[in-house]
Amino acid sequence: MVKVGGNGQSGTLISVRNLAKTYRRGAEELQVLQGINLDIDKGDFVAFMGPSGSGKTTLLNLLGGLDVPSSGTVTVAGDEISHLSGSRLTKWRARHVGFVFQMYNLLPVLSAFRNVELPLLLTPLSKAERKRHVETALSLVGLADRAGHKPRELSGGQQQRVAIARAIVADATFLLCDEPTGDLDRKSADEILDLLERLVDQHGKTILMVTHDPRAAERAHATLHLDKGVLSQ
Amino acid sequence: MLKFWPLLLAYLTRRKTRTVLTVGSFAVSLFLFCLLVTIRAGFQQGVQAAGADRLVVINKVSLIQPLPLAYRDRILKVPGIKEATYANWFGGVYQDERNFFAQFAIDHTTYRQMFPEFVVPDDQWRAFEADKQAAIAGEATAKRFGWKVGDRIPIKGAIFPGNWEFNLVGIYKGRRPNDDLTQFWFRWDHLIEKAPDWAKGFVGWYTVRVEPGADAVAVTKDIDSRFANSPWETRTQSEQAFMASFVEQMGNIGFLMTVIGGVVFFTLLLVAGNTMAMSVRERTGELAVLKTVGFTDRTVLMLVLAEVTLIALIGGAIGIGLAKLFTLRGDPTNGMFASFYLPPSAMAVGAALTLLVGLVAGLIPATTAMRLQVVHALRKL
Repeated sequence: MVKVGGNGQSGTLISVRNLAKTYRRGAEELQVLQGINLDIDKGDFVAFMGPSGSGKTTLLNLLGGLDVPSSGTVTVAGDEISHLSGSRLTKWRARHVGFVFQMYNLLPVLSAFRNVELPLLLTPLSKAERKRHVETALSLVGLADRAGHKPRELSGGQQQRVAIARAIVADATFLLCDEPTGDLDRKSADEILDLLERLVDQHGKTILMVTHDPRAAERAHATLHLDKGVLSQ
Repeated sequence: MLKFWPLLLAYLTRRKTRTVLTVGSFAVSLFLFCLLVTIRAGFQQGVQAAGADRLVVINKVSLIQPLPLAYRDRILKVPGIKEATYANWFGGVYQDERNFFAQFAIDHTTYRQMFPEFVVPDDQWRAFEADKQAAIAGEATAKRFGWKVGDRIPIKGAIFPGNWEFNLVGIYKGRRPNDDLTQFWFRWDHLIEKAPDWAKGFVGWYTVRVEPGADAVAVTKDIDSRFANSPWETRTQSEQAFMASFVEQMGNIGFLMTVIGGVVFFTLLLVAGNTMAMSVRERTGELAVLKTVGFTDRTVLMLVLAEVTLIALIGGAIGIGLAKLFTLRGDPTNGMFASFYLPPSAMAVGAALTLLVGLVAGLIPATTAMRLQVVHALRKL
């Protein structure tokens, strides 16, 4: 269950307390996020909506350990990540977070298989085990037959499915999706949303998704709104 | 690191033309480096091949001035000397003045023992001893002129006038790859028999071997002191110093080669560094993605360094390999160098320099990649 302004009851997967992020631009201080309190349970599918510049992506970056907060804490599955050093945060990210971006962000020089395999290269898995995991992930997103294709040989929807396969292949604790349907036509967008729903409903994944698209937000269990750095339900 | 191989390979083949050109620049540079080392070694062949226990005794005025043959017995009486031999520079012309090669009139009774690095089959040496007009040529010179045992070799004398003819009875080889295989030997007694009167009873220089454990410096001083204040004073020096004096006459070859080599590698450093910097700049977004999925700063640093090192090593291996093949074909100058040989130590130094240049060239781009801020880089995508 998603709760804005909660108090971090036991069983919560992600717990955010008094989170704030400030950027300094010259002499000017920009308060991008302020006083965010949020609890997200395992298996939740949460959409974040809000106008451009409201702090959605910044919040996602903080939750995913890509950025560090100016103040406040982020606790994921019992690990307080807000003050982890760079390399420890990177390792934590590899273990717990799967990222899906609007522009897919696949490596153009690698095949779909190799792109999906990337997070597994950081694990002690053998080559055969990596192969099995990648094939499973690609089958799950319906692209088992496109494993050898380079991103440029795939449609936008297919590329995003490869990106989702990459996000789930290492069995991440939760997925962060930053406008996953923003660059897709309606049909492809629906396919991606179907896939995300399936991951939550059938595989128990937890997904946090930033979107501008109300139809995408409708698929989530809860929609949270961000405006000028303040979160509301 | 092996599991990152497909990723490395993908990056190397990302821009094939650029990779090929960068590999090519390493290959050309290493080829040039190896060639410079070979040329330098060619100039210094005599110094490197010189016997550690051999001394050369020449006339104190200059090498051109002779020494009496009678000195031989007096030199052999110097404590610490094991054996001695002597020779003359002949300086003749074979067919054309451009066909230069060193010709020595040697004492056939002592020369072979003094220079065991030159290998002459026993039957050929016996033929040399049996025939006053006999000659033995180095393998390189015999190959250069297409000579074979049994040929008659005409040489026009310059210092010792007249037309000289020799029976080629043997061809010598070297024990070491850098031994001089260009010499032509004939018998000193044959030279003196036909030489003008001024040459009779004189030799060009002596080569002596000191006893094991003897003090070579003391022996050197002893020899020179015995002939001090005589009409033919001597200057004795180690064979190595004697050979080095020839190289010095041509200027500081070593310094020149080092400067050229340095410029080559510095240019290579700039080329490789610039290429890698461009390559990393183009990949900012992709590197950010790698970091996003969990590649640590250190792993990214290692990946970029591995990439540039791989390029360097492939290019270096091609360059060194081509240079080796080139030198295996022999001296391309037809006799300017006594040996034209690329030593394994030079190949190892070349490989080490390649690795060093690769690492240095990759250091700045790799550090840039390592320090890349994921959030900022993703924003630029």
